[in-house]
Amino acid sequence: MTKNPFSLEGKTILITGASSGIGQGCALMAAQMGAKVIVCGRNEERLKETISQMQGEGHSTFAGELTDQSVIEKLVAEIPSLNGVVFSAGISMTAPFTFSTREKFNKVFDVNFFSPIEILRLLVKKKKLANEASVVFISSVGGNFGFSVGNGIYGASKAALNSMSRLCSLELAPKKIRVNSICPGMVVTPLVEGFSENITQEDIQKDMDFYPLKRYGKPEDIAGGVVYLLSDAASWVTGQAICIDGGITAY
Amino acid sequence: MKTLDEFVALFAEQLDETDPSTVTAGTKFRELDEWSSLLALTLISMIDEEFDVVLKGDDVKNSETIEDVYNIVVSKI
Ligand SMILES: NC(=O)c1ccc[n+]([C@@H]2O[C@H](COP(=O)([O-])OP(=O)(O)OC[C@H]3O[C@@H](n4cnc5c(N)ncnc54)[C@H](OP(=O)(O)O)[C@@H]3O)[C@@H](O)[C@H]2O)c1
Repeated sequence: MTKNPFSLEGKTILITGASSGIGQGCALMAAQMGAKVIVCGRNEERLKETISQMQGEGHSTFAGELTDQSVIEKLVAEIPSLNGVVFSAGISMTAPFTFSTREKFNKVFDVNFFSPIEILRLLVKKKKLANEASVVFISSVGGNFGFSVGNGIYGASKAALNSMSRLCSLELAPKKIRVNSICPGMVVTPLVEGFSENITQEDIQKDMDFYPLKRYGKPEDIAGGVVYLLSDAASWVTGQAICIDGGITAY
Repeated sequence: MKTLDEFVALFAEQLDETDPSTVTAGTKFRELDEWSSLLALTLISMIDEEFDVVLKGDDVKNSETIEDVYNIVVSKI
């Protein structure tokens, strides 16, 4: 029987932000599709919990502060050769422009932009990405395809991420490494609870009703796209920013 | 700790169209013509910057006057 092109059988995948939300959803689905996953985040306990819910054998954890250069270097040194990487670690920030201080930009860019870009740089430099590896950045509709007040810093970090994702798709193409980003609309995770503290329940309901598919996303809605990009079915897909957003950017 | 009067002045500073001299502790801020979701976020950010207190959207929504907001801030310090 020929191999299912959507299967991740035989692939080793690193997923950051796998202790929560979208990254966790990606870890569960990648394992379900046969991958060996290295789940990465700060909270060791929640990483272990993630693994306990995952199918298959051979998964491992790496806990650490991923904005810390020495931690990044340790991660890259310790991990085996990878067939795929998913960068889902990220933080949110709500601040109107007049309160968008350099300090807040630094905090968000550190996690959402500099950390994944530096990890990828070292993975490539240290030859930890196997031939035909797939890189997926979890970006956002916000800052790329949709703009809302108070979302400037976060959006800018995700726009920067999409820019580098596309650039890397070109520079890494000679190594047959594919690089794409997925831009989710609102997905219900602990991160969104951060966003929604600043707005009222009423606003949230209104916002949800505005989605053509009339609901916010679930981590597995995003994981489906991530697994596709990691799989051989996406062999000819690179340099793309794919919206998975309940139709919000269709208007 | 900033006084109620100072809080009212800080609030008035965030407004663009309302004459600051008409803004008092009793002003029903959500009834101002220029009230918007952006102003609500601005108010929350101002309070975070000045008082190191992070209000929730619902704290603002459930307040009627500027003094109500001030009281919530004080209770969270
Ligand atoms: N939820 C949405 O609506 C939405 C929409 C568009 C894009 N996104 C993006 O999707 C990604 C995942 O978001 P989520 O909603 O799943 O958020 P989440 O549930 O809050 O998870 C965030 C993850 O990032 C990890 N993380 C954060 N800062 C870190 C750091 N300094 N070092 C290492 N790990 C760190 C967290 O690890 P620990 O918990 O172990 O500390 C956690 O696993 C983010 O990049 C976010 O911007 C989310």
